Amino acid sequence: MSAQSASDRRPWTFYALGGFFGLYLLFLYGPMLCIFVLSFQGPQGALSFPMRGTSLFWFEQLITQAEAGDIAGAISRSIPLALIVTVLTVAISLSAGLAFRSRFRGSNVLFYLVIASLVTPGYVLGIGIGLMFQLLGLDPQWYSSALGAHLSWTLPFGLLVMFAVFGRFNRAYEEAARDLGAGAGQILRLVIVPILLPGLIAVALFGFTLSYDEFARTLQTTGPTNTLPIEIWSMTQNVTSPSIYALGTLTTAFSFIVIVTSLSAIAAIQRRRTGRALDTGAAS
Amino acid sequence: MSDPAARRRAVTARGDIELAGLYKRFADGTVAVNGVNLKIEHGQYCCLLGPSGCGKTTILRMIAGHETPSEGEILIGGDNVLGKAPQQRGTAMMFQSYALFPHLTVRDNIAFSLRVRGLPKSERYREADRVIEQVQLGTLANRLPAQLSGGQQQRAALARAIVTKPRVLLLDEPLSALDEFLRLQMRSELRNMQKQLGITFVHVTHTQLEAVAVADQVVVMNKGRIEQSASARAIYAEPRSAYVARFMGGQNVLSGRVETLAGGVATLGGAFAVRHGSAGVLVGQELHFAVRRDRVRLERTIEAAASSVNAVTGLVHAVEYQGTYVKVALKLEARGTSGGEEFVAYVDEDAFFRAPLGLGERVIGRWDLDEALPLAEPDRVAIE
Repeated sequence: MSAQSASDRRPWTFYALGGFFGLYLLFLYGPMLCIFVLSFQGPQGALSFPMRGTSLFWFEQLITQAEAGDIAGAISRSIPLALIVTVLTVAISLSAGLAFRSRFRGSNVLFYLVIASLVTPGYVLGIGIGLMFQLLGLDPQWYSSALGAHLSWTLPFGLLVMFAVFGRFNRAYEEAARDLGAGAGQILRLVIVPILLPGLIAVALFGFTLSYDEFARTLQTTGPTNTLPIEIWSMTQNVTSPSIYALGTLTTAFSFIVIVTSLSAIAAIQRRRTGRALDTGAAS
Repeated sequence: MSDPAARRRAVTARGDIELAGLYKRFADGTVAVNGVNLKIEHGQYCCLLGPSGCGKTTILRMIAGHETPSEGEILIGGDNVLGKAPQQRGTAMMFQSYALFPHLTVRDNIAFSLRVRGLPKSERYREADRVIEQVQLGTLANRLPAQLSGGQQQRAALARAIVTKPRVLLLDEPLSALDEFLRLQMRSELRNMQKQLGITFVHVTHTQLEAVAVADQVVVMNKGRIEQSASARAIYAEPRSAYVARFMGGQNVLSGRVETLAGGVATLGGAFAVRHGSAGVLVGQELHFAVRRDRVRLERTIEAAASSVNAVTGLVHAVEYQGTYVKVALKLEARGTSGGEEFVAYVDEDAFFRAPLGLGERVIGRWDLDEALPLAEPDRVAIE
């Protein structure tokens, strides 16, 4: 293997693309790493390098200092909001995915109408929702206007994921279930949902994380109380201590836990299904 | 209906199938099934045989209730089943790729139909385990489908289909997912299972040998119509049309213009004689006939006698050893044969190797008058 000639050497494009990927990683993880490190700044430390010792001082500040902002309150809204968005996104995307399998009249138009929400500038959409609520005489709240704004962001993603998931779903499973006497509800509950579970977890993950850190659409729709990203943003306006980094570290860690849990669940299901692959000729 | 035993008795009743004037046109304009009439007796093993796109799977799916006919009737046990759910029809289907639920164990797959009927767990597992024993999957009951071999998956799918005691089992290309060796084994298992259960099997396949090996009744299909429905032996030995003769293999199809008719024998182009029996044959018409490949005698032209009625001359262009016989293909040089078709003779192994024929040798293939079987015109078959 190793004693190969020049023809086996990698072309220059490999190194060029590899270098580009390296830059990508640097821009993605470099800033996060900086914030992570700076959140452990010593009590005397400032918002930037150098580090003046290491401590958990700023994490403590975050919890004890009231003027730092209403972090606890923001979390108590952001997490329920993200959970509601998750449940609705999964339920609606699954239903839409089921419906879009047959080419009904106007299905193309409907699809583009939904996808358009991905290219609409979020901030503008948020202003629009705010104005609409004003016109209707409704108070914007995190659980009404912000919920709608979040769904306008998560549903197109959910639908696209469901398209991919249904693309690999064999309709023979449904027919087999019907053949065995299952009704429509039983087919959904006992066959479609369990088989699609990994895909549904992926949709849930999208729903949760997109909602949990949504900013642009939330700014004008959250009403009198803030969600976490808005709270962090407003803190940056008046808090000038590494507490802000401590908060960043905590919320990132939380997102990370959510993602790792979801992906492990998906992997576990897939592993169970694939089982120990016996050599079975043409059976696939 | 609430007493399961009574319901079971009811559905294990007659499983004879009758298709009357059946049509299926799809939304895109294709006609998958184009006027099919068919009767399958109770307890028969019936194979629907034909190339892909001939409508055989559509017929199966219409019997199962997964597809609605555009026109026509489907009777099972004398009852019109149109509009009924598969379970009410007393049918069960085995899908091409088995469609075993990947998230359920073998036992749960088999117990699925009992579960959706609301049977308690202990009862449905008892029923499932009984069928699991029947298909010899006892040690694998707790495995997931992905952990089974192809043959085991097929048995699991079979068990899942028969657990509800259907009167008709519908099998869509049940052996196509298996390798050659398993296919032979599983097809005899299917046949035995059918005998044991005594219910009607309808099996869709595009493999001729598979159909004649398992079936009591073989239905050869072409472009949405039935070409011939008969016993396996009759389909093979007495094909009714050129299509069936060609599709089943084992036959040479020849043709010629009828010149004279005398004593029930038609002479074609001075070269062939065919006993046409009662079939209405007219002078001047084109008549197709079949000659079994294993009933052809090959002679080197030097040895050939003068008479050349019921004989063709050609050059050997392929020789294939088949174990018990040798397949010799000729390229015909003479008249009257359907355009450029191969003429094949199956020569007994011993006879061939006593004086092997080489490629390019000029030979005569001969057959007796009684071996020439007249074939119906393609459109006459359709009208019948």
